[in-house]
Amino acid sequence: MIVAEPKKIEEIKQMTDKFDRILMVGCGTCTTVCLTGGEREVNLMATALRLARKVEGQDVEIGEQTILRQCDFEYIDELKDVHNYQAIVSLACGAGIQGIARKFPEMPVLPGVNTKFIGFNEEFGYYTEQCKACGDCILHLTGGICPIARCAKGLLNGPCGGTNNGKCEIGGDKDCAWTLIYNQLERQGNLKQFKEIIAAKDFAKAGNIRSMDLRKAGD
Amino acid sequence: MGFKEALAKGEFVITAEVGPPKGTDISEMVHHVEALKGKVTALNVTDNQSAVMRISTLAVSKILLDLGVEPIYQMTCRDRNRLGLQSDLLGAAVLGIKNVLALTGDHTTLGDHKSAKPVFDLESVQLLQVIQGLNEGHDMAGNALKGKTDFFAGAIVTPEANPFEPQFAKFEKKIEAGAKFFQTQAVYDIKKFHAFMDRASKYNVPILAGILLLKSAGMARFLNKFVAGISVPDELIQELANSEKPLAKGVEIAGRQIRELRNVCAGVHIMAIGAEDKVPDILAAAGI
Repeated sequence: MIVAEPKKIEEIKQMTDKFDRILMVGCGTCTTVCLTGGEREVNLMATALRLARKVEGQDVEIGEQTILRQCDFEYIDELKDVHNYQAIVSLACGAGIQGIARKFPEMPVLPGVNTKFIGFNEEFGYYTEQCKACGDCILHLTGGICPIARCAKGLLNGPCGGTNNGKCEIGGDKDCAWTLIYNQLERQGNLKQFKEIIAAKDFAKAGNIRSMDLRKAGD
Repeated sequence: MGFKEALAKGEFVITAEVGPPKGTDISEMVHHVEALKGKVTALNVTDNQSAVMRISTLAVSKILLDLGVEPIYQMTCRDRNRLGLQSDLLGAAVLGIKNVLALTGDHTTLGDHKSAKPVFDLESVQLLQVIQGLNEGHDMAGNALKGKTDFFAGAIVTPEANPFEPQFAKFEKKIEAGAKFFQTQAVYDIKKFHAFMDRASKYNVPILAGILLLKSAGMARFLNKFVAGISVPDELIQELANSEKPLAKGVEIAGRQIRELRNVCAGVHIMAIGAEDKVPDILAAAGI
C-alpha cells in the first residue's frame, strides 16, 4: 500500500488560515490502512484544527467526509455539498489529492498528509518501504528483496564498504539490504546469482510523467 | 616510474592521499603535496570525502600533475549521473590523468549537505565497466568516442568487513568489471588480512593495504565505534593510551604495520588524514 504520514497541525493551520469553511476529506483505501487519512483521522485532524482556531478566537466550520478512494472519479463523485466550502484538505496520498484537485479545479485543494512510500505493514502502526516503483522489477535477481528501495544507495551489485555487522551506514539500525540478499540467496543455494553483475539501471523507465494505457493492449 | 609501471614491475608501491580543501586557499594542500613528492609513487585525490563538499577532485588532480606528482583520481557515484561521470572521465583523460579509483561514495546523509539528492545512478562495479568501455573507445550508450581513454582503473575492498563473504563476492565482481588494482580500507588485523590475501592472490591483482595513521587512543576508539570495516585491536589502543606522545606512537605503529605487510601484498596506501607531513616519518619508521 501507499504509506503517508499526517502533516503537523501547525502546518495545516497555516495553510488553511484564510478559510472559514473547510472540507476535510479522508480516503478509505491506503491512508486508512496506514492510520493516517481514514474517517477516524479526519475527525482527529478536524477536531485539532477547530481547537487551534478557537484558541485564537477564529471560528471555523469543518466538514468531514471520507470516500472509498480519492484516486478514482467514480468515488470522488460521491462527495457532497463541496461548493459550500472555500477549500478542501485531502488526507489521501498525492494521487488522491490531485484527483480531488482535478475534480474541483476552482477550489484550493490542500495536502493534509505527506505521502512517503510504497510499503509493507510490518505490524500495527509500523510500515517499511519496499518498492520505488522503478518500472523495471529485478526481484527475481535479488532473492525477493529490493535493493532499489531498501539499500540507501540503491546499489545493484553487493554491499558498499559502509555495511557494518549487517547494518546500513546511514544508521538508525537499518538493515543492509545486500547482506539480507546475500543470506537469502545463500539459503536458496543460489550464490551464483549474487556473483552475476547486474547492469546499470534503465532510469528512463523510472522517469517522470509515466502512464500506462491498457486501452492499447488489443493493438 | 609511474604507478602502473611500478606495480607491473613488482615494486613495493607506496601511495598516500590528499584531501582537497573546502575553499580556494590551497596553500596548505600544496605544502603537503610537495612534502610527499618523491616519497610516494602516487597520491589519491579524494572526492568530496565523507560527503563533505570540497574543491573538485578533477581540479586538484590537475594541480598534482602540475606539481609533478602522479594523481589517483578518486571518483564517487554519489554526486554525478552517468553523463557527468563520463564527461569528467574524458576531461581527466585529456588533462593527462591516468589512474582512476572507482568508488560508490559515502551517503549524502553522512556529510555536510544532508538535504542533497543522492545520485547513485551507477555504483562502483558499473563505473568500472564504464571506464573499461571508454578505454575500448565507446561510451555507456555504445556511441563511438573520437579518441579513446587509457585509464588504469582501480577499486577498494574492505578486508575486515563484517560480514565478509558478500564483500569478497563484490571484490570478485570488481575484478570482472575491470579493476586492475585495489586499495583497501584500513588494515589492523594482520591475521584477517593474511586470510583475505590467501583468497585474493589467485586473481593476480595488485593490492595496496590501507594504513590509517592513529593519532590518539581517542581516535582509535572513535574509528571502532563509528567507521564500518575498521577494528583497531585493544593492544594498539593501549599502546597509544600509555604513550606520552600519541602521534609519534601512531607513526611508529604505522611504520611497524608497513614492515609486517611488506612481503604480504603489492604495497601500502597511507591515509594520514590531515597529517600528511608525517608520511615521510612513517616511511622512515618502516625502514623505507
